[in-house]
Amino acid sequence: MASDATTDTTTRRDFLYVATGALGAVGTAAAVWPLIDQMNPDASTLALSTIEVDLRPIMVGESITVMWRGQPIFIRHRTEDDIAQAKAVPLEELKDPATDAERVTEGYEQWLVQIGICTHLGCVPTGQKSGSNRGDYGGWFCPCHGSHYDTAGRIRKGPAPLNLVLPDYRFLSDTLIKIG
Amino acid sequence: MSGNSSYNPTNPVAKWLDSRLPIMRFSKEHLLDFPTPKNLNYWWTFGAILAFILVVQIATGVVLAMNYVPDSSLAFDSVENIRRNVNYGRIIQATHAVGASMFFAAVYVHIGRGLYYGSYKEPREVLWILGVVIFVLMMATAFMGYVLPWGQMSFWAATVITNIFSAIPLIGDPLLQLLRGGFAVDNPTLNRFFSLHYLLPFVIAAVVVLHIWALHVPGNNNPVGVEVKSSRDTVPFHPYITMKDLLAIVVFLIPFAWFVFFAPDILGHPDNYKPADPLITPPHIVPEWYFLPFYAILRAIDFDMWFISAKLGGVIFFGGSILVLFFVPWLDGSKTRSGTFRPLFKPFYWLFIFNFFLLTYLGAQLAVEPYSTLSKIATAYYFAYFLIILPIVSRIETPKPLPASISESVLGKSGS
Amino acid sequence: MNKMNRFFKSVLLAVGLGVSGSMLAAPAKAVVVIEAELQDWSFGGIFGRYDKNQLQRGFQVFQQSCAACHGAKQISFRNLSEEGGPAFSESQVKALAAEYTIIDPELEEGERPATPADNWPDPFPTIKDARAANNGAVPPDFSVLAKARGISQKFPAWALNYFTGYQEGGADYIYNLLVNFKDAPEGVDVLPGQYWNAYYGGTLAMASPLFDGMIDYEGDFPETVEQYALDVAAFMMWMAEPQLNSRKQMGFQVLVFLFVLTGLMIAVKRKLWSKVEH
Repeated sequence: MASDATTDTTTRRDFLYVATGALGAVGTAAAVWPLIDQMNPDASTLALSTIEVDLRPIMVGESITVMWRGQPIFIRHRTEDDIAQAKAVPLEELKDPATDAERVTEGYEQWLVQIGICTHLGCVPTGQKSGSNRGDYGGWFCPCHGSHYDTAGRIRKGPAPLNLVLPDYRFLSDTLIKIG
Repeated sequence: MSGNSSYNPTNPVAKWLDSRLPIMRFSKEHLLDFPTPKNLNYWWTFGAILAFILVVQIATGVVLAMNYVPDSSLAFDSVENIRRNVNYGRIIQATHAVGASMFFAAVYVHIGRGLYYGSYKEPREVLWILGVVIFVLMMATAFMGYVLPWGQMSFWAATVITNIFSAIPLIGDPLLQLLRGGFAVDNPTLNRFFSLHYLLPFVIAAVVVLHIWALHVPGNNNPVGVEVKSSRDTVPFHPYITMKDLLAIVVFLIPFAWFVFFAPDILGHPDNYKPADPLITPPHIVPEWYFLPFYAILRAIDFDMWFISAKLGGVIFFGGSILVLFFVPWLDGSKTRSGTFRPLFKPFYWLFIFNFFLLTYLGAQLAVEPYSTLSKIATAYYFAYFLIILPIVSRIETPKPLPASISESVLGKSGS
Repeated sequence: MNKMNRFFKSVLLAVGLGVSGSMLAAPAKAVVVIEAELQDWSFGGIFGRYDKNQLQRGFQVFQQSCAACHGAKQISFRNLSEEGGPAFSESQVKALAAEYTIIDPELEEGERPATPADNWPDPFPTIKDARAANNGAVPPDFSVLAKARGISQKFPAWALNYFTGYQEGGADYIYNLLVNFKDAPEGVDVLPGQYWNAYYGGTLAMASPLFDGMIDYEGDFPETVEQYALDVAAFMMWMAEPQLNSRKQMGFQVLVFLFVLTGLMIAVKRKLWSKVEH
């Protein structure tokens, strides 16, 4: 059909076109990426993605709420009673089975740190301030649709499917935690 | 253009669509097959370059608006936040700011090409007028965009330029308040400028569509200015012109990138890194470089003429310097389009180009001698070129003989 | 005819350049009485990058001399540990931040120690306080000051800047200002609370903020006003343009890419058009 010479030039030309097109496509993609990436959290937001919380001011039985990544974090200094109560619950009674030990850090079982957002539809449960409704199990109560959480933040009654979510955190010292 | 409908879909879906919305047919005719003179030189690529920059400006502008806060107490800091904290913010912001300069650099070349090759002449008058409309919209957009960072130059540019409207007799002062939304440039001004700065680029895009429509009725002008006579004179738009335009865009990106990455602030003014302060006017207010020629014309009228005050006179000449462009198709009566074949026209044209650079330079100088006198001379030549020289030259000039067709002119070139 | 035209054009161009050249040489304004001495900045030109050690010294000068009156509200403490900046270690920055107090009306105590995520706190709570403490003048914020200043240059120096990418006018201005606090020339009355600056060509509400030996440098850098001025000017340039290093780095990648693509595009275009006589 075509002579060798023609085939040769055709191939070379095709290669040139394909290479140029590919490079152009790569360049376009590289130029478009910053326009998309600028929508990601900016440097000042990322700088707040980890926080340190000093636990010293929290007395036994008290709770505090801190903001982390725009969400409330519940930190409760649990009493001996709270812990005993949580440990006594048989796993088969739980909707989302988890032992008390799985909910806290080993050696710091008086400290319960959780994201204070109901796993049902995202309301913030009550029970942080002393005197506010802690539900039927002494933990937290979500007023939106009546979910009850126990002293380990596990779902016990109501529509919520899961226990309160635990954020990533670790103890830097006995009284200082780093969340995130 | 018609007679080049080579779109014959065989695919049933394509046929179905074609009988309902012939968008594929339209695209093929106007974006792929469109017959384009084969002798277009690189000055003709600036149309594509401009379309490209418009896309760049809209894309970067939309994402900047995701991070910018149009509030007089927050605007300056929000722009600084974009530069410092937003991912790639410094590059996006620099691209948008440098892009405005690149836009005007390209549009001046585009207009200059039109003036040299007589691209405004019959039957392309509407094409030219739409181009001038785009230019006016660009100036408005760029001016309002410059106000948004709310630096000292932003603020005082807004003050000085809106004050231009106060020169209009009778309605001047109420109009000024209407434009500013207050008794001075302030938060309401910033808010409306942001709104309009976001809107106008889309208006520009719409007028660009009309501009291209008006181009595709008579087809392109070309360097010899002889109309297309046969298909031998043309090449299909794709791939010939598309590849040439893409090459030009890539080359154009080199100085563009140079400024963005190595000198992003050199085209701006240091004073705009000072937050706006209504109590202190910078000692030397200058607009961005692309407004300097017109700013020089505005300032050149520093004397009263009959009953017209210097202030109103400056505004009239400033407006007139752009308005006169609308009438160029009728001011230049020469039947010969291309300046290449117009021996008398040519020196006056190049003097006009030089004069335009001179006006740019003068616009940046203080209003003292010798700049004031030079500004008056340069302003006089600017208007004389359009109102006196073009009409007279076209009457007395004997143009050189034109080639019979584009193909013939090309043959002659390759022979030499 | 064509030749004549070309001749006409070149004469025009020569005359034009001559005229404009001589005008450009005229001083634009007589505010600055002495010429700025341009410094050889490590971050100058397209290959220039910040010198981490210089920025660390500059930070020392800023912290120990300038920061008493001047704020830098756009700067976060975390910026001080970022690459391309002074690049202190994160623990150094954490400790540094903790020395500063952030006013936070939402807290019961009303204030808390700063963290690396906080911005540099203003030295004065309000503008009124700043004015009262400084003889009626408000010390400008340093965040972008280095880009809000520039030097005036004659032709052709300023035109060449477009090709050399000279963006250090602010640093040069700051350096020249800081080393030119001098006795006022004879016949110039300096009001109380005002100080003559020979580079500024007038009086400022700020006395010379630097004097020899006021800041201890580690290593054997001269502890002189000139060295302090250089270092703090470099630091202020970094504050104003913190991503300069990465921006220029990216610039090289982009330019190399564009040159390669240009080469390929030229080949494509030539090949395509080789079939067409044009």
